[in-house]
This record gives sequence, C-alpha cells and structure tokens, in this order.
Amino acid sequence: MKRRSGKSRKIADWTVRALSSLAALIGIVFLVWILYEVTIRGAKALSPDFFFKLPTPPGIPGGGVANAILGTLVIIIMAALIGVPTGILAGVYLSEFGQETRFGAYVRFANNVMMGVPSIIVGLFVYTLLVLSTGHFSAYAGAVALAIIMLPVIARTTEDMLQLVPNGLREAALAIGSPRWKATFSVIFRAAKSGLITGVLLAMARVSGETAPLLFTAMNGPYWPRSLTQPTPNLTVTIFNYAMSPYRDWQQTAWGAALVIMAAVLALNIFTRLSLREAKK
Amino acid sequence: MAEKKKRHINADILFKAAASFCAALIFIIMAGILIELFRGSHLAISKFGFSFLTSQQWNPVTQQFGALSSIYGTLVSTAIAMLIAVPLSLVIALFLVELAPPALSRPVGYAIELLAAIPSIIYGMWGLFVFAPFLSQYVQPLLKKYLGFTPFFQGPPMGIGMLTAGIILSLMILPFISAVMRDVFQMVPAVVKESAFGMGATTWEVTRKVTIRYGMQGLIGASFLGLGRAIGETMAVTFVIGNDHRISASLFAAGNSIASTLANEFAEASDKLYLNSLIELGLVLFLITLLIQIAAQLWLKRLQKTVGSQ
Repeated sequence: MKRRSGKSRKIADWTVRALSSLAALIGIVFLVWILYEVTIRGAKALSPDFFFKLPTPPGIPGGGVANAILGTLVIIIMAALIGVPTGILAGVYLSEFGQETRFGAYVRFANNVMMGVPSIIVGLFVYTLLVLSTGHFSAYAGAVALAIIMLPVIARTTEDMLQLVPNGLREAALAIGSPRWKATFSVIFRAAKSGLITGVLLAMARVSGETAPLLFTAMNGPYWPRSLTQPTPNLTVTIFNYAMSPYRDWQQTAWGAALVIMAAVLALNIFTRLSLREAKK
Repeated sequence: MAEKKKRHINADILFKAAASFCAALIFIIMAGILIELFRGSHLAISKFGFSFLTSQQWNPVTQQFGALSSIYGTLVSTAIAMLIAVPLSLVIALFLVELAPPALSRPVGYAIELLAAIPSIIYGMWGLFVFAPFLSQYVQPLLKKYLGFTPFFQGPPMGIGMLTAGIILSLMILPFISAVMRDVFQMVPAVVKESAFGMGATTWEVTRKVTIRYGMQGLIGASFLGLGRAIGETMAVTFVIGNDHRISASLFAAGNSIASTLANEFAEASDKLYLNSLIELGLVLFLITLLIQIAAQLWLKRLQKTVGSQ
C-alpha cells in the first residue's frame, strides 16, 4: 500500500477547508453586493411622489408608480384568492386521502414536476387561454397565472404541515363522531395553523417578485387600473420596461421600484421564517 | 340522529370531492399547458416542421423562424451556470455541515438561502447595471489576456453576453443546489463518518471517500434540480444575455435563450406566424424542463426508497 506523508494530507485538507470557507464567503459577498446596490440606487428614487403619483413621460420630473403599486396589490390579492384555497385543498387531499392511494402518488409526483415548470411558460399558457380568447390583457389573467404558480407550492407545504399533526389527534376527532371535514378544518388545521400560514406567505412572497408570467397576461399601463378586464400596471413589469428604456429618469424609477419589491419580498420571507422558528420552539 | 348522520356523510362526500378536484387540477393544468401550447403553435409547426429545431434563421421580416440559436443559448448559459454552481454548492454544503461551528453555520446557511428569495428581475437589473460593467472592466480583460487563445474568450469584452448570463444564473441556482446537498450530507450516518475519523482520516478524506460516495445519488439529484431551474430562468437572463440571434463560440458575445426571446419579442409579435413561432419556442422549453423535472423526481424517488430500506 502506498503511504502518503501526513504533511501532504494535511495540506490537502487545509486547502479544501480554505476553499469551502471562501465559497461560503463568495455567496455572502454577492448577497450583500446585490442588497447594497439596490438599496443605495433605489433609495434615491423614493419620495412621496414615487408612492402617490402617476408615471410621467421621460424627462418630466415628479412622476411615481402609484398605479403599479396598486395594480400589483390587486393582482396578488386576486391570485391568493384563487391559489390559496385550491392549493390548501389539494394539500388536504394529499395528506388526508391520498397517502396510500395510487392517484395520490401521481398527484404528488406531478405537483413536484409542476413546481419546476418555468414561470414564463405559465404566462404563455394563460396568454393562449385567457388573453387570445378574450382579446385583451387583464388583471385577472395575471392573477390566474400567479395562482397557477402558487398552487403546487401551497399544496406541497400544506401536505408537509398536515403530516406533522399526530395521528392520535385525527383519530380522537373522528372517534367523538365529528365528520371528516370538521375534523380537518377545526382540529387538524388548528394544530397546523402556523405552518399553513407560513406556507401561504412564502408562496405569496415568491409570486410577488414574478415578472415573466405577467408580461403576457396583465401587461402594463401608464394609468390607474380601472377594471379587472384591462391591461393592469404592476411593479415588476414596470421595472422591466423602465430599466430597459434609454431614459435616465425612468431607469432611476426602476431602481426605486426594485427596492420596494425586494424589501417587501425579503421582509415577508424573513418574517415568516422567524415566526416559524418561534412556533417550532 | 340518523338524519344528522346522513347530512354528515353528504358533507363529507362533498369535502372529499372538492379536495380530489383540487388535486386533479394539478394534472389538468399540466395537460392544459401542453394542449394550449400545441394549439397556439400549429401554424409554425405545420410550416416549418422539424426544421424549426435545426434552423438558425430567426427573421420576422422574411418570416423565417428557427429555434437553433435560442436552444443553443439556453444550453450554453445553463452549462456555464452548472459548471460554476455545482462545485461551489458542494463546498458550501461541506462548509455548512462539516466545517463551520453551529454558531456560524446557521447564519451563513440562512444568508445563502436568502439568495433564493431575491426576485429574478432584481438579479437582472443588478446584472445589467452593476455586474456586467464590473465584468467588462476587471474580469473579462484578464480572461482575454490569459485565455484569449481559446475560441471562448475572444471579441470585445462588452460585459453583457453568454458568460455574464451564465454567472448570474449560477448565483440564482446556488442556494437550491446547496440546500439539497446540505440535506444529503446530513443524512450520512454519524457512525460511518466517525469510524473514518477514528482511523485518522482528515476532514477532506472523510468527505471525499465517505460522505460524497455515500450521498452521490443525492448530489446528482440536487444538480438536476438546479439544472431544471436554470434552464427556464427568464428575467435575469433577458437583461444580460444581449438578445442576439447569432451563434458564436465566444462566451463574450451576445446571444439569446428561449426564455429571453419570449420575454423580449412577445410584445413585437404582430403577425400570426411570428406569434406561433414564439409559442412553439415555449413548447420546446416546456418539453425540455418537463423531461428534466421528471428525470430528477424519478431519481430522487428511487433514492428515497434505497435510503429508506437501509
């Protein structure tokens, strides 16, 4: 057997240790770099006008993205209204009825695959389904696209969270004669409450930053959103259009909008994770 | 009493039906995507047939559409991302599980996970306005100086292009891959590792000969998941890839990916054939990701079975 000296083995070991610490450091450096640049550049664009005024043409100061903020909120709330109940019910099926069934296994598999479908494909699907057929871009088309993205995420976390509820609780609820739906909603859901809320909030945080599915569905617009059946301004598509424009002041506004979206998404993320950690204790 | 019980049973049937329907909805949506994308691209499919996949032409004026440059760009940018992200994720996971003290491992792991929470459009903006100029000023000239004899690092270092897209993609998939790899490392039984340490092996030797070997399948599965994410990523790539329908060997050159072409050109697609061709591009992307996802899920499922039986 070949023997290697202890020294060369130690050197190899220390090299790898140094490399892996360096890799972790690289990850952190990029995180800080992105956060820093967006914060510094975005903060310059923020003002009361930014939050409360309509956009102005390039070159004219004093414009804001109030319409896009409102539009984004409307689209996300509608998406949640569609995606949360369906996602939770799908998760209930997987956890409460589909643990041993073949259909349950297929759904679980399809759900995992669905989570990896690119969001732009979902946007394209909703475009052919709801925009081509009706002839107009709309807030509800955008909401449906985001809801489709939320559905598998919520179904998965719901199943995971309901599976954490001890079986004894299920059996006790059924043994005192309560029907299945009541046992699920008022006993099992109550036990899994914090986990379910976390799942929903994380899914909402994820779709809040989505741009690609909105490009072909909600599109964008320079005015207040007036009806759900019209192109609806939203922050992410506004960022895309403004950042790609050649105008300095529009690019500036895009940084501001990027900061708002990033802060909202990260705050939602950090808050839910912290509260989940509290709940676990 | 009997009346009440009957009502309970009816409500329960309704409850189960609603839950089953929502579960089935996942299938319905997947089938719906496939059908709608086929339907939406029938003009392009019947006009170009198989040559859609092999033609480099993408010319809205002459109505010639071929997906080759987009497919090429998608594959190359993804390959760059994987080449960077997989080894980096591996050593990061190693750092988090084996090397860092718990007080350090938790916040660092958390920071890496936060990279996944940043929306892709933010990566795009940062990439275009901050990272691309940085690359063109400091990194690309160096690459050109020392590696310029290869065909990959030629041409003007503009910052935007295939290389930049690949690097940013690698940052975006890094947290997904390293999270799964971390779980894989943690699954390795402590006894196995301790016995290797007991024989006097160093941390790296234990990792290379025990941990990585034990968790190989899981590590491959993790990479598959990252691959699936990278291949369909849209906004970040659209900002920095340069959107050019030419294929060039140099990684400095601008290119395009399927997703970036969709995001960029959809608004301009005024006539039917153009629109159909774009939707067919989407169909190609959907089929590729579907294959990767199914392969990844089957792989991970098999892995769970073998680990479960041990």
